[in-house]
Amino acid sequence: MNEQMQEVLALTNRWVKRLSREKFSMLFTLAQPMIFWLIFFGNLFQRAADIQVLQAPNYMSFLAAGVVVMTVLNNGLAGGIDLLFDKENGFLERLMSTPIRRSSVILSRFLFVMAITGMQILVILAVAFLFGVIPETGMLGITVILLIGMLFGVGLTAISMAMAFTVKSHGDFFSMLGFLSLPMIFLSSALVPLAAMPGWMQALAFFNPMTWVIDAVRPLIISGWSQALPQVGMALVVLIAFDALCLYGGAKAFKRSVG
Amino acid sequence: MSTAAIEVSHLGKVYDAVEAVKNLSLTVQHGEIFGLLGPNGAGKSTTLRILITTLSPTTGTATILGHDVVKEADTVRRLIGYVAQERAIDRFLTGREHLLLFAELYHIPKQEALNRIAALLKLVNLEDDADRVAKGYSGGMKRKLDIACGLLPNPKILFLDEPTLGLDVQSRLNIWEHIRKLQQQGITIVITTNYLDEADQLCDRIAIIDRGEIRAMGSPKDLKASLGGDGIWLTLSDATPKALEQLTTALEGLPFVRGIRPRENGLDIRVDGPEKALPAIMETTHKVGCLLDGIEYHRPRLDDVFVAHTGRSLTNEPAPPEA
Repeated sequence: MNEQMQEVLALTNRWVKRLSREKFSMLFTLAQPMIFWLIFFGNLFQRAADIQVLQAPNYMSFLAAGVVVMTVLNNGLAGGIDLLFDKENGFLERLMSTPIRRSSVILSRFLFVMAITGMQILVILAVAFLFGVIPETGMLGITVILLIGMLFGVGLTAISMAMAFTVKSHGDFFSMLGFLSLPMIFLSSALVPLAAMPGWMQALAFFNPMTWVIDAVRPLIISGWSQALPQVGMALVVLIAFDALCLYGGAKAFKRSVG
Repeated sequence: MSTAAIEVSHLGKVYDAVEAVKNLSLTVQHGEIFGLLGPNGAGKSTTLRILITTLSPTTGTATILGHDVVKEADTVRRLIGYVAQERAIDRFLTGREHLLLFAELYHIPKQEALNRIAALLKLVNLEDDADRVAKGYSGGMKRKLDIACGLLPNPKILFLDEPTLGLDVQSRLNIWEHIRKLQQQGITIVITTNYLDEADQLCDRIAIIDRGEIRAMGSPKDLKASLGGDGIWLTLSDATPKALEQLTTALEGLPFVRGIRPRENGLDIRVDGPEKALPAIMETTHKVGCLLDGIEYHRPRLDDVFVAHTGRSLTNEPAPPEA
Protein backbone atom coordinates (compact mmCIF):
# COMPACT_ATOMS: atom_id res chain seq x y z
CA MET A 1 0.00 0.00 0.00
CA ASN A 2 1.16 3.49 -0.80
CA GLU A 3 2.72 5.04 2.31
CA GLN A 4 0.83 8.31 2.22
CA MET A 5 -2.45 6.48 1.74
CA GLN A 6 -1.66 4.36 4.79
CA GLU A 7 -1.04 7.51 6.84
CA VAL A 8 -4.21 9.24 5.66
CA LEU A 9 -6.36 6.17 6.29
CA ALA A 10 -4.86 5.57 9.75
CA LEU A 11 -5.53 9.19 10.73
CA THR A 12 -9.03 9.17 9.22
CA ASN A 13 -9.75 6.01 11.15
CA ARG A 14 -8.83 7.91 14.31
CA TRP A 15 -11.41 10.64 13.54
CA VAL A 16 -14.06 8.00 12.91
CA LYS A 17 -13.26 6.25 16.20
CA ARG A 18 -13.41 9.53 18.09
CA LEU A 19 -16.80 10.40 16.64
CA SER A 20 -18.20 6.94 17.26
CA ARG A 21 -17.21 7.19 20.92
CA GLU A 22 -18.80 10.57 21.37
CA LYS A 23 -22.29 9.20 20.95
CA PHE A 24 -24.05 12.34 22.13
CA SER A 25 -22.01 14.59 19.97
CA MET A 26 -22.65 12.37 16.99
CA LEU A 27 -26.38 12.30 17.60
CA PHE A 28 -26.64 16.06 17.91
CA THR A 29 -24.40 16.71 14.94
CA LEU A 30 -26.57 14.47 12.81
CA ALA A 31 -29.95 15.43 14.17
CA GLN A 32 -29.60 19.16 14.71
CA PRO A 33 -30.10 20.38 11.12
CA MET A 34 -33.01 18.02 10.59
CA ILE A 35 -34.93 18.69 13.75
CA PHE A 36 -34.23 22.34 14.22
CA TRP A 37 -34.20 23.70 10.71
CA LEU A 38 -36.04 21.35 8.47
CA ILE A 39 -38.80 20.05 10.73
CA PHE A 40 -39.43 23.03 13.05
CA PHE A 41 -38.57 25.86 10.73
CA GLY A 42 -40.05 24.15 7.71
CA ASN A 43 -43.38 23.51 9.37
CA LEU A 44 -43.46 26.80 11.27
CA PHE A 45 -43.22 28.91 8.13
CA GLN A 46 -45.24 26.59 5.93
CA ARG A 47 -48.29 28.84 6.07
CA ALA A 48 -46.60 32.17 6.68
CA ALA A 49 -44.46 31.93 3.57
CA ASP A 50 -45.81 33.22 0.28
CA ILE A 51 -45.61 30.59 -2.44
CA GLN A 52 -45.48 33.32 -5.09
CA VAL A 53 -42.35 34.83 -3.57
CA LEU A 54 -40.72 31.47 -2.97
CA GLN A 55 -41.48 30.12 -6.42
CA ALA A 56 -41.69 26.69 -4.87
CA PRO A 57 -44.56 24.27 -4.21
CA ASN A 58 -44.24 24.84 -0.45
CA TYR A 59 -41.82 26.19 2.16
CA MET A 60 -40.46 22.78 3.10
CA SER A 61 -39.33 22.06 -0.44
CA PHE A 62 -37.88 25.58 -0.67
CA LEU A 63 -36.03 25.17 2.62
CA ALA A 64 -34.57 21.72 1.86
CA ALA A 65 -31.80 23.16 -0.32
CA GLY A 66 -31.03 25.76 2.35
CA VAL A 67 -30.75 23.11 5.07
CA VAL A 68 -28.53 20.93 2.90
CA VAL A 69 -26.11 23.80 2.31
CA MET A 70 -26.31 25.04 5.91
CA THR A 71 -25.24 21.58 7.01
CA VAL A 72 -22.31 21.75 4.65
CA LEU A 73 -21.47 25.17 6.11
CA ASN A 74 -21.62 24.03 9.73
CA ASN A 75 -19.65 20.84 9.12
CA GLY A 76 -17.05 22.67 7.10
CA LEU A 77 -16.55 25.51 9.54
CA ALA A 78 -16.37 23.03 12.42
CA GLY A 79 -13.95 20.84 10.44
CA GLY A 80 -10.87 22.30 12.10
CA ILE A 81 -12.04 21.89 15.71
CA ASP A 82 -10.41 18.51 16.31
CA LEU A 83 -7.13 19.83 14.95
CA LEU A 84 -7.48 22.85 17.23
CA PHE A 85 -7.69 20.55 20.25
CA ASP A 86 -4.85 18.42 18.90
CA LYS A 87 -2.79 21.57 18.63
CA GLU A 88 -3.67 22.69 22.15
CA ASN A 89 -3.07 19.42 23.95
CA GLY A 90 0.09 18.52 22.06
CA PHE A 91 -1.18 15.55 20.04
CA LEU A 92 -0.43 17.44 16.83
CA GLU A 93 3.13 17.99 18.01
CA ARG A 94 3.46 14.28 18.64
CA LEU A 95 2.15 13.52 15.13
CA MET A 96 4.54 16.06 13.65
CA SER A 97 7.51 14.45 15.38
CA THR A 98 6.87 11.27 13.37
CA PRO A 99 8.14 10.93 9.79
CA ILE A 100 4.69 11.29 8.23
CA ARG A 101 4.06 13.56 5.26
CA ARG A 102 2.88 16.85 6.68
CA SER A 103 -0.12 16.87 4.35
CA SER A 104 -1.46 13.53 5.61
CA VAL A 105 -3.04 15.14 8.68
CA ILE A 106 -4.84 17.71 6.54
CA LEU A 107 -5.95 15.19 3.93
CA SER A 108 -7.35 12.89 6.62
CA ARG A 109 -9.43 15.75 7.92
CA PHE A 110 -10.82 16.60 4.47
CA LEU A 111 -11.64 12.97 3.84
CA PHE A 112 -13.43 12.62 7.17
CA VAL A 113 -15.41 15.87 7.00
CA MET A 114 -16.48 15.18 3.41
CA ALA A 115 -17.64 11.67 4.28
CA ILE A 116 -19.70 12.92 7.23
CA THR A 117 -21.11 15.80 5.19
CA GLY A 118 -22.09 13.48 2.36
CA MET A 119 -23.93 11.18 4.74
CA GLN A 120 -25.73 14.07 6.36
CA ILE A 121 -26.89 15.44 3.03
CA LEU A 122 -28.40 12.06 2.25
CA VAL A 123 -30.15 11.90 5.63
CA ILE A 124 -31.59 15.40 5.18
CA LEU A 125 -32.88 14.56 1.73
CA ALA A 126 -34.42 11.40 3.16
CA VAL A 127 -36.19 13.32 5.93
CA ALA A 128 -37.39 15.92 3.41
CA PHE A 129 -38.68 13.00 1.32
CA LEU A 130 -40.80 11.88 4.29
CA PHE A 131 -42.36 15.36 4.26
CA GLY A 132 -43.17 14.96 0.59
CA VAL A 133 -40.17 16.68 -0.99
CA ILE A 134 -39.14 14.55 -3.98
CA PRO A 135 -36.07 15.82 -5.89
CA GLU A 136 -37.16 16.61 -9.45
CA THR A 137 -33.85 15.58 -10.94
CA GLY A 138 -33.81 12.12 -9.33
CA MET A 139 -30.75 10.11 -8.36
CA LEU A 140 -28.44 11.91 -10.77
CA GLY A 141 -29.56 15.22 -9.25
CA ILE A 142 -28.77 13.92 -5.77
CA THR A 143 -25.29 12.94 -6.97
CA VAL A 144 -24.79 16.48 -8.28
CA ILE A 145 -26.02 17.90 -4.95
CA LEU A 146 -23.45 15.74 -3.12
CA LEU A 147 -20.72 16.88 -5.46
CA ILE A 148 -21.53 20.59 -5.10
CA GLY A 149 -21.92 20.23 -1.33
CA MET A 150 -18.52 18.59 -0.96
CA LEU A 151 -16.87 21.10 -3.23
CA PHE A 152 -18.20 23.88 -0.99
CA GLY A 153 -17.20 21.87 2.07
CA VAL A 154 -13.55 21.63 0.99
CA GLY A 155 -13.15 25.42 0.98
CA LEU A 156 -14.97 25.81 4.29
CA THR A 157 -12.93 23.08 5.97
CA ALA A 158 -9.78 24.80 4.69
CA ILE A 159 -10.94 28.08 6.30
CA SER A 160 -11.67 26.27 9.55
CA MET A 161 -8.29 24.54 9.62
CA ALA A 162 -6.52 27.79 8.77
CA MET A 163 -8.31 29.38 11.73
CA ALA A 164 -7.39 26.46 13.98
CA PHE A 165 -3.72 26.82 13.09
CA THR A 166 -3.73 30.60 13.43
CA VAL A 167 -5.73 31.42 16.58
CA LYS A 168 -4.02 31.86 19.93
CA SER A 169 -6.74 30.16 21.95
CA HIS A 170 -9.81 28.08 21.28
CA GLY A 171 -11.96 30.91 22.67
CA ASP A 172 -10.92 33.01 19.68
CA PHE A 173 -11.75 30.17 17.36
CA PHE A 174 -15.30 29.77 18.61
CA SER A 175 -15.95 33.52 18.61
CA MET A 176 -14.85 33.70 14.98
CA LEU A 177 -16.94 30.65 14.16
CA GLY A 178 -20.08 32.28 15.57
CA PHE A 179 -19.25 35.52 13.84
CA LEU A 180 -18.91 33.79 10.47
CA SER A 181 -21.67 31.23 10.43
CA LEU A 182 -24.88 33.15 11.20
CA PRO A 183 -24.29 36.03 8.75
CA MET A 184 -23.34 33.46 6.11
CA ILE A 185 -26.77 31.85 6.63
CA PHE A 186 -28.89 34.99 6.86
CA LEU A 187 -27.06 36.79 4.07
CA SER A 188 -27.85 34.00 1.64
CA SER A 189 -30.88 32.52 -0.05
CA ALA A 190 -31.08 29.72 2.55
CA LEU A 191 -34.22 30.95 4.35
CA VAL A 192 -35.80 33.39 1.90
CA PRO A 193 -35.22 34.06 -1.81
CA LEU A 194 -33.01 37.04 -2.64
CA ALA A 195 -35.98 38.78 -4.23
CA ALA A 196 -37.66 39.02 -0.81
CA MET A 197 -34.66 40.73 0.85
CA PRO A 198 -34.04 44.42 1.36
CA GLY A 199 -31.73 45.81 -1.33
CA TRP A 200 -28.59 46.10 0.80
CA MET A 201 -28.94 42.52 2.01
CA GLN A 202 -29.41 41.35 -1.55
CA ALA A 203 -26.18 43.07 -2.48
CA LEU A 204 -24.27 41.37 0.33
CA ALA A 205 -25.88 38.00 -0.36
CA PHE A 206 -24.75 38.28 -3.96
CA PHE A 207 -21.13 38.06 -2.80
CA ASN A 208 -21.80 35.14 -0.48
CA PRO A 209 -20.67 31.90 -2.15
CA MET A 210 -23.36 30.14 -0.16
CA THR A 211 -26.06 31.92 -2.21
CA TRP A 212 -24.61 30.51 -5.42
CA VAL A 213 -24.46 27.03 -4.00
CA ILE A 214 -28.04 27.13 -2.73
CA ASP A 215 -29.29 28.56 -5.99
CA ALA A 216 -27.81 25.55 -7.75
CA VAL A 217 -29.09 22.94 -5.27
CA ARG A 218 -32.62 24.36 -5.04
CA PRO A 219 -33.68 23.93 -8.69
CA LEU A 220 -32.19 20.41 -8.60
CA ILE A 221 -34.76 19.68 -5.88
CA ILE A 222 -37.82 21.68 -6.93
CA SER A 223 -37.54 22.51 -10.65
CA GLY A 224 -35.69 20.15 -12.94
CA TRP A 225 -32.65 19.93 -15.17
CA SER A 226 -33.49 22.72 -17.60
CA GLN A 227 -33.54 25.34 -14.86
CA ALA A 228 -30.84 23.71 -12.76
CA LEU A 229 -28.06 23.25 -15.30
CA PRO A 230 -27.07 26.89 -15.84
CA GLN A 231 -27.14 27.45 -12.05
CA VAL A 232 -25.00 24.37 -11.44
CA GLY A 233 -22.51 25.69 -14.01
CA MET A 234 -22.32 29.05 -12.27
CA ALA A 235 -21.94 27.40 -8.87
CA LEU A 236 -19.05 25.28 -10.14
CA VAL A 237 -17.22 28.38 -11.38
CA VAL A 238 -17.79 30.20 -8.07
CA LEU A 239 -16.74 27.13 -6.06
CA ILE A 240 -13.53 26.52 -7.97
CA ALA A 241 -12.49 30.12 -7.32
CA PHE A 242 -13.62 29.89 -3.68
CA ASP A 243 -11.79 26.61 -3.04
CA ALA A 244 -8.61 27.83 -4.72
CA LEU A 245 -8.60 30.90 -2.48
CA CYS A 246 -9.35 28.95 0.71
CA LEU A 247 -6.84 26.20 -0.01
CA TYR A 248 -4.14 28.75 -0.75
CA GLY A 249 -4.82 30.59 2.53
CA GLY A 250 -5.11 27.32 4.42
CA ALA A 251 -1.81 26.02 3.08
CA LYS A 252 -0.08 29.24 4.10
CA ALA A 253 -1.49 29.11 7.64
CA PHE A 254 -0.49 25.44 7.95
CA LYS A 255 3.06 26.08 6.75
CA ARG A 256 3.44 28.94 9.18
CA SER A 257 2.18 26.82 12.05
CA VAL A 258 3.96 23.49 11.54
CA GLY A 259 6.66 24.25 8.99
CA MET B 1 28.96 8.67 12.55
CA SER B 2 29.85 11.66 14.66
CA THR B 3 31.09 11.18 18.18
CA ALA B 4 28.17 12.89 19.86
CA ALA B 5 24.51 11.90 19.78
CA ILE B 6 23.31 15.49 19.70
CA GLU B 7 25.20 18.65 18.81
CA VAL B 8 23.55 22.00 19.35
CA SER B 9 25.42 25.06 18.24
CA HIS B 10 24.52 28.70 18.91
CA LEU B 11 20.82 27.95 18.81
CA GLY B 12 18.40 30.87 19.01
CA LYS B 13 14.63 31.14 18.76
CA VAL B 14 12.63 34.36 18.68
CA TYR B 15 8.85 34.30 19.13
CA ASP B 16 6.97 37.55 18.60
CA ALA B 17 10.07 39.59 19.41
CA VAL B 18 10.76 37.55 22.58
CA GLU B 19 14.00 35.60 22.64
CA ALA B 20 12.93 32.23 24.02
CA VAL B 21 16.35 30.68 23.45
CA LYS B 22 19.60 32.61 23.17
CA ASN B 23 22.86 31.37 21.73
CA LEU B 24 22.49 27.91 23.21
CA SER B 25 25.19 25.30 22.61
CA LEU B 26 25.43 21.84 24.07
CA THR B 27 26.52 18.30 23.29
CA VAL B 28 24.84 15.09 24.36
CA GLN B 29 26.96 11.92 24.37
CA HIS B 30 25.78 8.50 23.25
CA GLY B 31 24.00 6.56 25.94
CA GLU B 32 23.67 9.27 28.54
CA ILE B 33 20.62 10.70 30.24
CA PHE B 34 20.80 14.41 29.67
CA GLY B 35 18.53 16.83 31.51
CA LEU B 36 17.43 20.32 30.60
CA LEU B 37 16.64 21.85 33.99
CA GLY B 38 14.89 25.14 34.44
CA PRO B 39 11.71 26.86 35.56
CA ASN B 40 8.64 27.12 33.32
CA GLY B 41 9.26 29.45 30.42
CA ALA B 42 13.04 29.07 30.66
CA GLY B 43 13.32 27.86 27.07
CA LYS B 44 13.84 24.17 27.69
CA SER B 45 10.66 23.09 25.91
CA THR B 46 11.48 25.36 22.99
CA THR B 47 14.89 23.70 22.74
CA LEU B 48 13.28 20.26 22.90
CA ARG B 49 10.79 21.13 20.17
CA ILE B 50 13.58 22.30 17.89
CA LEU B 51 15.37 18.99 18.47
CA ILE B 52 12.27 16.94 17.62
CA THR B 53 11.88 19.02 14.41
CA THR B 54 8.48 20.50 15.22
CA LEU B 55 9.87 24.01 15.54
CA SER B 56 12.57 25.59 13.42
CA PRO B 57 15.32 27.67 15.02
CA THR B 58 15.76 31.35 14.20
CA THR B 59 19.54 31.07 14.35
CA GLY B 60 22.12 28.35 14.90
CA THR B 61 22.05 24.64 14.11
CA ALA B 62 21.29 21.34 15.77
CA THR B 63 22.16 17.85 14.60
CA ILE B 64 20.88 14.49 15.75
CA LEU B 65 23.33 11.64 15.06
CA GLY B 66 24.91 13.93 12.48
CA HIS B 67 21.65 14.91 10.74
CA ASP B 68 20.51 18.52 10.66
CA VAL B 69 17.11 18.98 12.31
CA VAL B 70 15.96 21.44 9.64
CA LYS B 71 17.53 20.20 6.41
CA GLU B 72 17.18 16.51 7.20
CA ALA B 73 14.08 16.69 9.36
CA ASP B 74 12.61 13.53 7.88
CA THR B 75 15.73 11.49 8.63
CA VAL B 76 15.83 12.86 12.16
CA ARG B 77 12.18 11.91 12.68
CA ARG B 78 13.04 8.30 11.84
CA LEU B 79 15.76 8.20 14.49
CA ILE B 80 13.98 9.71 17.45
CA GLY B 81 11.12 8.92 19.77
CA TYR B 82 9.15 11.61 21.53
CA VAL B 83 7.28 11.26 24.80
CA ALA B 84 4.89 14.16 25.06
CA GLN B 85 3.31 15.49 28.21
CA GLU B 86 0.36 13.46 29.40
CA ARG B 87 -2.22 15.83 27.97
CA ALA B 88 -1.24 14.70 24.49
CA ILE B 89 -3.26 11.52 24.74
CA ASP B 90 -6.44 10.98 22.77
CA ARG B 91 -9.02 10.38 25.49
CA PHE B 92 -11.29 8.53 23.10
CA LEU B 93 -8.76 5.94 21.96
CA THR B 94 -7.63 2.90 23.91
CA GLY B 95 -3.98 2.41 24.78
CA ARG B 96 -3.61 -0.27 22.12
CA GLU B 97 -5.27 1.94 19.50
CA HIS B 98 -2.70 4.68 20.17
CA LEU B 99 0.09 2.22 19.50
CA LEU B 100 -1.62 0.79 16.41
CA LEU B 101 -2.08 4.31 15.03
CA PHE B 102 1.59 5.15 15.47
CA ALA B 103 2.63 1.77 14.05
CA GLU B 104 0.78 2.71 10.84
CA LEU B 105 2.31 6.19 10.80
CA TYR B 106 5.80 4.69 11.10
CA HIS B 107 4.89 2.06 8.46
CA ILE B 108 5.92 -0.81 10.69
CA PRO B 109 4.93 -4.14 9.03
CA LYS B 110 1.75 -5.53 10.57
CA GLN B 111 3.11 -8.63 12.28
CA GLU B 112 6.16 -6.85 13.62
CA ALA B 113 3.95 -4.04 14.89
CA LEU B 114 1.76 -6.50 16.80
CA ASN B 115 4.82 -8.12 18.36
CA ARG B 116 6.36 -4.80 19.33
CA ILE B 117 3.09 -3.50 20.77
CA ALA B 118 2.65 -6.62 22.87
CA ALA B 119 6.22 -6.30 24.15
CA LEU B 120 5.86 -2.58 24.91
CA LEU B 121 2.58 -2.99 26.75
CA LYS B 122 4.30 -5.60 28.86
CA LEU B 123 7.35 -3.39 29.41
CA VAL B 124 5.30 -0.48 30.74
CA ASN B 125 2.92 -2.79 32.57
CA LEU B 126 -0.24 -1.69 30.76
CA GLU B 127 -1.34 -5.07 29.42
CA ASP B 128 -4.48 -5.22 31.55
CA ASP B 129 -5.66 -1.75 30.58
CA ALA B 130 -4.61 -1.75 26.93
CA ASP B 131 -8.16 -2.05 25.65
CA ARG B 132 -9.72 0.57 27.87
CA VAL B 133 -10.34 4.07 26.55
CA ALA B 134 -7.60 6.43 27.79
CA LYS B 135 -10.18 8.74 29.38
CA GLY B 136 -10.15 6.51 32.44
CA TYR B 137 -6.36 6.28 32.77
CA SER B 138 -4.52 7.75 35.76
CA GLY B 139 -1.70 10.24 35.22
CA GLY B 140 0.87 7.49 35.68
CA MET B 141 -0.83 5.19 33.19
CA LYS B 142 -1.04 7.95 30.59
CA ARG B 143 2.65 8.59 31.04
CA LYS B 144 3.44 4.92 30.59
CA LEU B 145 1.37 4.85 27.42
CA ASP B 146 3.27 7.93 26.30
CA ILE B 147 6.56 6.16 26.85
CA ALA B 148 5.35 3.11 24.96
CA CYS B 149 4.36 5.36 22.02
CA GLY B 150 7.77 7.02 22.12
CA LEU B 151 9.54 3.66 22.06
CA LEU B 152 7.45 2.11 19.31
CA PRO B 153 9.74 3.17 16.42
CA ASN B 154 12.82 1.69 18.20
CA PRO B 155 14.42 5.11 18.53
CA LYS B 156 18.14 5.75 18.96
CA ILE B 157 17.33 8.85 20.96
CA LEU B 158 14.30 9.34 23.16
CA PHE B 159 13.05 12.79 24.14
CA LEU B 160 10.81 13.13 27.17
CA ASP B 161 9.05 16.38 28.00
CA GLU B 162 8.58 16.71 31.77
CA PRO B 163 8.28 12.93 32.21
CA THR B 164 6.98 13.01 35.78
CA LEU B 165 5.15 16.34 35.94
CA GLY B 166 2.26 16.09 38.36
CA LEU B 167 2.76 12.41 39.22
CA ASP B 168 2.62 10.91 42.69
CA VAL B 169 5.84 9.66 44.28
CA GLN B 170 5.27 6.01 43.47
CA SER B 171 4.60 6.68 39.79
CA ARG B 172 7.63 8.96 39.58
CA LEU B 173 9.98 6.29 40.92
CA ASN B 174 8.38 3.86 38.52
CA ILE B 175 8.98 6.12 35.52
CA TRP B 176 12.58 6.77 36.60
CA GLU B 177 13.15 3.05 36.74
CA HIS B 178 11.79 2.66 33.20
CA ILE B 179 14.03 5.44 31.94
CA ARG B 180 17.11 3.85 33.52
CA LYS B 181 16.20 0.51 31.94
CA LEU B 182 16.04 2.20 28.55
CA GLN B 183 19.46 3.67 29.10
CA GLN B 184 20.80 0.18 29.81
CA GLN B 185 19.51 -0.84 26.39
CA GLY B 186 21.75 1.80 24.86
CA ILE B 187 19.17 4.50 24.15
CA THR B 188 20.32 8.09 24.55
CA ILE B 189 17.77 10.02 26.58
CA VAL B 190 17.02 13.73 26.80
CA ILE B 191 14.50 15.01 29.33
CA THR B 192 13.23 18.41 30.33
CA THR B 193 12.36 18.88 33.95
CA ASN B 194 11.79 21.51 36.57
CA TYR B 195 12.28 19.05 39.40
CA LEU B 196 15.67 19.30 41.07
CA ASP B 197 15.57 15.79 42.50
CA GLU B 198 14.75 14.37 39.10
CA ALA B 199 17.73 16.12 37.53
CA ASP B 200 19.90 15.09 40.45
CA GLN B 201 18.98 11.43 40.66
CA LEU B 202 18.17 10.53 37.09
CA CYS B 203 20.48 12.55 34.86
CA ASP B 204 24.12 11.85 34.05
CA ARG B 205 24.55 15.44 33.00
CA ILE B 206 22.34 18.48 33.13
CA ALA B 207 22.19 21.93 31.61
CA ILE B 208 20.67 24.60 33.84
CA ILE B 209 18.61 26.88 31.62
CA ASP B 210 17.18 30.19 32.69
CA ARG B 211 15.66 32.88 30.49
CA GLY B 212 16.77 31.15 27.33
CA GLU B 213 20.41 30.73 28.28
CA ILE B 214 22.53 27.94 29.67
CA ARG B 215 23.83 29.03 33.05
CA ALA B 216 25.74 25.89 33.99
CA MET B 217 26.35 22.44 32.57
CA GLY B 218 27.87 19.24 33.89
CA SER B 219 27.12 16.21 36.03
CA PRO B 220 25.05 16.98 39.15
CA LYS B 221 28.03 15.86 41.23
CA ASP B 222 30.52 18.18 39.53
CA LEU B 223 28.11 21.08 39.61
CA LYS B 224 27.65 20.65 43.34
CA ALA B 225 31.37 20.26 43.92
CA SER B 226 32.02 23.45 41.96
CA LEU B 227 30.16 25.38 44.64
CA GLY B 228 33.24 24.94 46.84
CA GLY B 229 32.57 22.40 49.52
CA ASP B 230 29.93 21.75 52.17
CA GLY B 231 28.09 24.64 53.70
CA ILE B 232 27.87 25.72 57.32
CA TRP B 233 25.33 28.40 57.98
CA LEU B 234 25.69 30.45 61.13
CA THR B 235 22.95 32.66 62.47
CA LEU B 236 23.96 35.18 65.12
CA SER B 237 21.62 36.60 67.72
CA ASP B 238 23.33 39.98 67.41
CA ALA B 239 24.45 40.24 63.80
CA THR B 240 25.91 43.75 63.66
CA PRO B 241 28.21 44.49 60.69
CA LYS B 242 31.07 44.88 63.12
CA ALA B 243 30.54 41.49 64.78
CA LEU B 244 30.24 39.82 61.40
CA GLU B 245 33.45 41.41 60.21
CA GLN B 246 35.35 40.35 63.32
CA LEU B 247 34.07 36.83 63.04
CA THR B 248 34.91 36.63 59.32
CA THR B 249 38.48 37.76 59.95
CA ALA B 250 38.91 35.18 62.71
CA LEU B 251 37.43 32.33 60.64
CA GLU B 252 39.41 33.12 57.51
CA GLY B 253 42.59 31.95 59.24
CA LEU B 254 41.30 28.40 59.74
CA PRO B 255 42.90 25.85 57.37
CA PHE B 256 39.77 23.96 56.29
CA VAL B 257 37.69 27.04 55.46
CA ARG B 258 37.40 27.51 51.70
CA GLY B 259 35.25 30.58 51.53
CA ILE B 260 32.94 32.82 53.53
CA ARG B 261 29.93 34.73 52.27
CA PRO B 262 27.52 36.86 54.25
CA ARG B 263 23.92 35.72 54.53
CA GLU B 264 20.91 37.05 56.37
CA ASN B 265 21.90 37.59 60.06
CA GLY B 266 24.97 35.45 59.68
CA LEU B 267 27.53 33.75 57.48
CA ASP B 268 27.69 31.01 54.86
CA ILE B 269 30.99 29.20 55.38
CA ARG B 270 32.28 26.69 52.83
CA VAL B 271 34.39 23.93 54.36
CA ASP B 272 36.05 20.67 53.29
CA GLY B 273 34.23 18.47 55.78
CA PRO B 274 32.25 18.73 59.01
CA GLU B 275 34.44 16.76 61.45
CA LYS B 276 37.08 19.37 62.26
CA ALA B 277 35.27 22.41 60.93
CA LEU B 278 32.19 22.33 63.15
CA PRO B 279 33.89 22.32 66.59
CA ALA B 280 36.56 24.81 65.44
CA ILE B 281 33.98 27.23 64.07
CA MET B 282 31.96 27.08 67.28
CA GLU B 283 35.06 27.64 69.33
CA THR B 284 36.13 30.63 67.23
CA THR B 285 32.67 32.13 67.45
CA HIS B 286 32.79 31.80 71.22
CA LYS B 287 36.26 33.38 71.38
CA VAL B 288 35.23 36.39 69.32
CA GLY B 289 32.29 36.82 71.65
CA CYS B 290 29.42 36.30 69.20
CA LEU B 291 26.27 34.59 70.45
CA LEU B 292 25.03 31.82 68.15
CA ASP B 293 21.33 31.70 67.43
CA GLY B 294 21.61 28.72 65.11
CA ILE B 295 23.96 26.57 63.13
CA GLU B 296 23.14 24.49 60.08
CA TYR B 297 25.28 22.05 58.20
CA HIS B 298 24.46 20.71 54.78
CA ARG B 299 25.99 19.15 51.74
CA PRO B 300 25.43 21.26 48.62
CA ARG B 301 22.16 20.51 46.93
CA LEU B 302 21.37 21.04 43.28
CA ASP B 303 19.15 23.88 44.38
CA ASP B 304 22.24 25.67 45.71
CA VAL B 305 23.80 25.23 42.28
CA PHE B 306 20.69 26.71 40.75
CA VAL B 307 20.73 29.66 43.12
CA ALA B 308 24.43 30.24 42.54
CA HIS B 309 23.97 30.42 38.78
CA THR B 310 20.61 32.12 38.42
CA GLY B 311 20.34 34.16 41.58
CA ARG B 312 17.09 32.53 42.66
CA SER B 313 15.70 29.27 43.91
CA LEU B 314 13.85 26.85 41.70
CA THR B 315 11.92 25.29 44.54
CA ASN B 316 9.74 28.03 45.91
CA GLU B 317 9.94 31.18 43.83
CA PRO B 318 7.88 31.60 40.70
CA ALA B 319 9.81 32.80 37.66
CA PRO B 320 9.85 36.59 37.43
CA PRO B 321 8.07 38.07 34.42
CA GLU B 322 10.15 38.47 31.28
CA ALA B 323 11.98 41.78 31.16
